[in-house]
Order: sequence, then structure tokens, then C-alpha cells
Amino acid sequence: MTIYKKKIDKIKLFGVKEVDFTLDDVVYFDTAAAIFINSLREEFFQQNIKTTIITSNKDIVEALELVEKTKQKSQPLPQELKSTSLEHIGEIFYNYYSGFFSFMLFLGKVFLTTLSYLTSIKNIRYKEIFFEMNESAIKALGIIALTSFLIGLVIAYQSAYQLKIYGANIFIVDMLGISIFRELAPLMTAIVIAGRSGSAFTAQIGAMKITEELDAMRTMGFDPYLFLVLPRIIALMITMPLLIFVSDIMGLLGGIIVSYLDLGISVSLFIERLNEAVAPKHFYIGLIKGPFFAFLIASIGVYRGLMVKNDTQSIGFNTTKSVVESIFAVIVCDALFSIIFTNLGI
Amino acid sequence: MMQSLIKLRGVRTVFGTKVVHDGLNLTVNKGEIYGLIGPSGCGKTTVLREMVMLQDISDGEIEVLGHNLNTISISDAQKLRSEWGVLFQAGALFSSLNIKENISLPLKEYSDLSQKMIDEIVEFKINLVGLKSSDALLYPSEISGGMKKKSALARALAMDPKLLFLDEPTSGLDPISARDFDALILKLRDLLGLSIVMVSHDLQSIYATLDRVAIIDEKKIIYEGDLKNIKNSTNKFIQTFFRRDFEQ
Repeated sequence: MTIYKKKIDKIKLFGVKEVDFTLDDVVYFDTAAAIFINSLREEFFQQNIKTTIITSNKDIVEALELVEKTKQKSQPLPQELKSTSLEHIGEIFYNYYSGFFSFMLFLGKVFLTTLSYLTSIKNIRYKEIFFEMNESAIKALGIIALTSFLIGLVIAYQSAYQLKIYGANIFIVDMLGISIFRELAPLMTAIVIAGRSGSAFTAQIGAMKITEELDAMRTMGFDPYLFLVLPRIIALMITMPLLIFVSDIMGLLGGIIVSYLDLGISVSLFIERLNEAVAPKHFYIGLIKGPFFAFLIASIGVYRGLMVKNDTQSIGFNTTKSVVESIFAVIVCDALFSIIFTNLGI
Repeated sequence: MMQSLIKLRGVRTVFGTKVVHDGLNLTVNKGEIYGLIGPSGCGKTTVLREMVMLQDISDGEIEVLGHNLNTISISDAQKLRSEWGVLFQAGALFSSLNIKENISLPLKEYSDLSQKMIDEIVEFKINLVGLKSSDALLYPSEISGGMKKKSALARALAMDPKLLFLDEPTSGLDPISARDFDALILKLRDLLGLSIVMVSHDLQSIYATLDRVAIIDEKKIIYEGDLKNIKNSTNKFIQTFFRRDFEQ
């Protein structure tokens, strides 16, 4: 139709008083064609040109009548409002600003719900907590063990090469022990859990919001914070140190294998040196980070789930945000811990 | 001789070990409004899904607009999909697009019309189904259930289909909107020459709109034909379902 419109526009209509539409040879006529002819007639009408439809086909006449009648009743479509770039930037910043407050509101509600947990031991949802512990931690053991083992292996292998040059083979134990216990194990675990469980929290709760399950729970008197939010946060906070412990062991195992094969350090020598050189505080510092990371991951995951709006795209958007934000928050938190522990001299 | 648009022959549907249909035969003729009726869980919607190639059948044959769905080629299937419109029970509007974008999507994808022309067609379809032009920029999450149904109908009508499938078009609507919807369907049938297949529970709507019905019960079609003779049936479902008379 675009082509026809162009052809019609090319015809010089100066001085033309009357236009006939001969539609007798038409094989197929749908409402789109009727709309096209109708808008042409309107255009001619504005130029004071008289138009007549010539056809013996009843369907075409009816279709044209329908289009004309509907057109008379209807208003033109509203224009979409275009925002300027300044408005756009303002909107982005306002969203961050209001997002910060709504996250604070969320944390406040979590705190209040925790208080209600403390008033009576009966309020604690043991079943949900154990279910979440199994879902988000026990089932993640395999992947955490494997990634930590490989990281231990790779770090040991890379540094073995450097240490060999100086003949400082035995120092691989110090290096591995401190780096894995203090930083690598907690961070690796947190990143795997953020990708695995944080995203799952967002998607589950987001889908529940779209299907109005959350509203149903509220009307039945089941507070979603009590039933969905806190069990997830608590479950992750309890299991995170355990996962970090597994990650410690598997990382060291990777290191031990490389030390034995590449540097000729026997397993017993490795463990003896580990006892001497690496103070237990490094191990405990790693474990202490666990609940903090877990709180960040779980609360951001759940919060993002609650932020899902009533359309499907926002599940994807919020899940992405959840993983990105929780990994970022974990790294920031880790940096804070570094500064604090260094200043405390630990 | 009426031209038949859809033919089902010996259709059998099995979900796991559960047999849903066993040997369904039915024929939808050109220009009629055809209803699928039956108790909950008898597989009315499943039949509809089988007709629009969303659900495979275990045995038998389905012919739609002259194509056998068992042997249809990919390109024919794609062409067939542009010749029908489907209205889902909950509307199934794309939630990330507004009403105007929902309706113009098939036009944009399948035709080479200019944006101005598409806008005019969208405006026409929106007003045809009884929505206002000012609703065009709203998103599905911002409109009521009835408006969702109307918008979904406008989307189903976007390409001027010959055949329209409606899954419980009046469910979830208030009685006034439901009667309006019935009137709309009748009007569209007359004006656009549509053939309509619909699943319905709504007795008033059944009496007001349907030309012929198929009643599915106990895995079979227990009745096919017009509504006049239906009360003579001895079947328990038919007797309970049509006991109340809305014909007046």
C-alpha cells in the first residue's frame, strides 16, 4: 500500500473535481484495504474533490461502511511522550535515590520480623529454614567443592613456577594457606552462591508476585517476610560458614596435589608447615565473613524478587540486578573487612 | 453444500497414561460460530490447542483450512498461522508491550505497511472491539480484565483472519461486558465474515452466539449439532447443563 500511496501522490490532481474508485475487479478486500481507501477519500475531501465508490460487491460496501462508521466514532491515537536526555538522566538518579530508600525500608521490615522471631520461639519457621538450607546450600556443595578445588590447583600451579625460581618451594604452604583461608574461599563461595541461590530467590519470589501468590498469602495472614524472606536469609547465614569450610578444604587439597607433584612437598610436610606458618586466626576470619556475605546475598536476592513488577521482563531485569548487586556488595564488604582487620592488627 | 474449515477425524489425546480424548470427530463449517462445551477437565481447551498446533495429537487427523496438521510443512504452517487469530483465556498480551504495540506487532512483522497506515489500522481495531483510542498507550498490567480481553481480541483480529479461536471469551467479565462481548462477536462475524470456534461455559453466551455446538464428555463427542434439539438428549451432563432455559 505504501507503493500505491506514492504512485497516487505523484499524479497531479490540479483542477480535478471528481475521483471514482472502481472496485469491480477486486479479488480480495480486507479491512486494511478499506482503511486505506477511506483515508484517501478523506484526503480528497479536504481538497474539495468529490469521490464515488463504484462496485457491485456487497462485502466491499459493507467493509467500507464499517470502517467509516468506526472512524467517525473514534478519536485519533494519543501521541507517545518523548523524554529529553536531561529528564532521562534525572529519572535514572531518582530511581537510584528511591531504590536506596526502598531497600532501607526492606531492611527495616526484615529487622522488625526478626524481632517478632525473638518474642517467641514458636514463631520460627524451622521447616522452611531447613528446606532452604537444603536447597541453597547442601545442593550447592558439589559445585563449590569443584570450583574451590580447581582454584586451589590453579593458584598453586601458577605460584609453584615462580617459587621454584627462588628455591622457596616450602613457602607455597604459607601463601596458599593464608590466601585461601582469608580471601579466596569466602569470595569464591559467595560468588557461586550469589549466582546460584541469589538469582533463584529473585526468580521464585518474583514469579510468586506476578501470579499474586504473595497477595494471597497476605490476605490469609501469612506474612511473606516471616514465611519467605527470613527463612531464606537465616538459612543462608547458617550454612555459609559451612560452605566456606568445605571450600577451604577443597582449595587446600588442590594445593597439596600440585605441591606434591610439582614441588615434591609431601603431604605430611605440607600439613606440618601449615600448622607452623598459618595462624588459626586466618581460618576464623574467613569463616566470620560467611554470615555477612550470606546476609547481603540473601537480602539483595529477596529484595529484588519483591521489586518485580507485573510484567515478565522485570523478572529477568531484577534477576540480573540481583546477581550483579550481590556480587558487588560482597566485594565491597570484603574490602571493608580488609581495612578493619588490618587496622585492628589481626 | 457448506464448506468445512476444520475437520477432526478420530482424534485421540493421551497425557502420560491418562486418555483425554478417544476418537473425536467434528466439523466446523464456514461462517458459523461453533462452540465446544463440556464439564471441567473434559479437554475442551485441549481440543482448541490441538487445532492451533500447540498440542500434538496421539492418533487421528486434524484438517484446518485444507491443511492436514499431521503432514503440514513448516512454511504452510507459518502461512496458516497468519490466517487465524487466537484469543487466550487470560488474554496473553505481551506484558512488556503496550496495547498499541501488542496489536501492531503482527502487522509490523508480517506486512510492509507504513507506520502511518499501521497506526490507522490499530486505531480502527481498537475502536472496533469497543476500547477507546486513549487506552492505546496503556500496558497490560494497567488495565482491567475486560479491557485485556478486548485488547487480545483486537490483536487476534489484527491480520483480518478468516478463522478465530476464542477460549472462554466471556469468563471473568461482568454480565454487561459479557453480553457486549457476545454482541461484538456476532457483529464481527457478520461484518468480517469470520468463522469462530469457541470454548464456553457461559449459558447465556452459548444461546446468544452459537450456531452449532459439540459437547465433549467421557472422552467422546456426545452431541454435535444446533441447540434446538439439545434438550431431547438423555445424557446426564447435557440435562444438568441445559436445564435452565435462557431462550425465553
